[in-house]
Amino acid sequence: MTDNALIIRSVDKFRGKTQVLKAIDLAVAPGERVALLGHNGAGKSTLIKMILGQTSIDGGDISIGGAKPGRTVARAKTAFLPESVNFHPTLTGHEQLTLFASLSVRDLPDIDALLDRVGLAEASNNRIATYSKGMRQRLGLAQVLLGQPTVALLDEPTSGLDPISRQDLYAIIDELAAQGTAVLIASHALTEVEAQTDRIAILRKGIKVADDTLDNLSRGAGLPTRMRILVQDGQADQIAMATGGTRINGASVELYCDAGQKMQELRRIAAMGDVVADIELTPPRLEDLYRHYSTGGQT
Amino acid sequence: MIARIFAIARAEMLILRRNWWLMMATGIMVLFALALTFAGSAPTGTLGVDMLTVSVSSMTTLAVYLVPFLGLMMSFDAIAGERDRGTLSLLLTYSAGRGEILMGKFVAQVTALGIASALGLGSAGVIAALYAGASPESLMALFRLIVTATLLGAVFVALGYGVSALAESPAAAAGLAAGLWLVFVVLFDLGLLGAVVMDGGGMFTQKVFPWVMVANPADAFRVWNIAASDGVAISSGMGGAAKTLPGWAAPVSLLLWPLLAFLLARAVFRRVEP
Repeated sequence: MTDNALIIRSVDKFRGKTQVLKAIDLAVAPGERVALLGHNGAGKSTLIKMILGQTSIDGGDISIGGAKPGRTVARAKTAFLPESVNFHPTLTGHEQLTLFASLSVRDLPDIDALLDRVGLAEASNNRIATYSKGMRQRLGLAQVLLGQPTVALLDEPTSGLDPISRQDLYAIIDELAAQGTAVLIASHALTEVEAQTDRIAILRKGIKVADDTLDNLSRGAGLPTRMRILVQDGQADQIAMATGGTRINGASVELYCDAGQKMQELRRIAAMGDVVADIELTPPRLEDLYRHYSTGGQT
Repeated sequence: MIARIFAIARAEMLILRRNWWLMMATGIMVLFALALTFAGSAPTGTLGVDMLTVSVSSMTTLAVYLVPFLGLMMSFDAIAGERDRGTLSLLLTYSAGRGEILMGKFVAQVTALGIASALGLGSAGVIAALYAGASPESLMALFRLIVTATLLGAVFVALGYGVSALAESPAAAAGLAAGLWLVFVVLFDLGLLGAVVMDGGGMFTQKVFPWVMVANPADAFRVWNIAASDGVAISSGMGGAAKTLPGWAAPVSLLLWPLLAFLLARAVFRRVEP
């Protein structure tokens, strides 16, 4: 455990009398990408603020590469991309990045190359007031790349980005992870993080309800695969009867089966002959998983 | 540490130049100073002092109102505005400490006020000197006015940071700043005047009043400029209270205030959750 870049140990947080975070444990290893999922108000942003040392920790402790949150050492090791990031509108992208660089690293990095990396080379000498939301997000990403952070905290990094920018974003996140940065991505855009993270932690009302790889979470949730059978000649009723599924309309029947019985079920349906025109399989998606874990349905 | 303060100061200076603050502050100072210099040139003959001296004395009275106002207008948004835009939480994740961030802004905004004072009051002084002559003594008084005006500005810039950190929103910060201005520049003197009238020349007027007065940075500024120059004292007719104080009282007050106000603002800023 000691080689983890970010360690959160049974952390509590109170706002007045309500407990907004309860005994949260979370560790992120160097080079690991972890998604922190939860609805609005689940405590994601509060947890990030605590890691940044911007709000008090009411119980437990947090370590960033061995340093306490908020200390100068810890701040130097942390990079942060706030949700819908903003900058001073009268500065140019280049000036803003130069300011951040001179606040964080001893030797000024190649600002132009960095702006080029995030696709802002042409706008680098325009004032930030003229930037679109996506461009501000890119500039925010550029400042995350300054120095080589031990921990990178990205709060809803894809908000306001078009699909192509999202791909760029995840390419950059992969680069960060490849250079050994522990990346924590807070999000409720589930489909975004599905393929892009090594591990998923789910917060619900201040409690961590899940923390595992996507595969293990699917297995743990035991969510069924959905099958939709397209039936010929209006024989939906018979097929629904035979398979134990639900008749959706005259031409299709829907049924659910556990991951373990999928093949068996498929063979059975295939044996029914020409009446079955097609079978559509939908495996459980992150949305389903998320709904399962974040509404308290876990077993 | 110095490098980080300098980096913030440089960015703040850019912002002050870009949003026309530097131009506007200088312009306002030049306009008011010129107007006062020419409007106030009438009593020159009767008092037997040169025009620059009269000009400095009327500009002193002007600066007491104008400089704190400009200082507060420049600074009230410094923290509340950053928090409102959402830029503060990101800035605070960098290695620069809160004291360093505040100092960087302070250096830039006080420099801007210094430039505005030097150009504004200075240009009026130069014109008065060219128009009707000046003595080494009156030039010294002008120089003193510019330096003390910058110090006075520094006090209110720092106090502005204090209310900016305290306020929930930029609008609230602006309101608090206006309140500060009213208390320090207007109500404090009115209160003292009332006390003196009630006291009717007793113990309070003799011993306490001058000290209470000089404890206010705005009055310390006035007293310093008036007490230091006989000519200015004559033309302003305000030398009375200043004479009962030792010469160091006003300078000490005006030099301590920026430091005190800055430390206060830093203490408040430290408690801010972005």
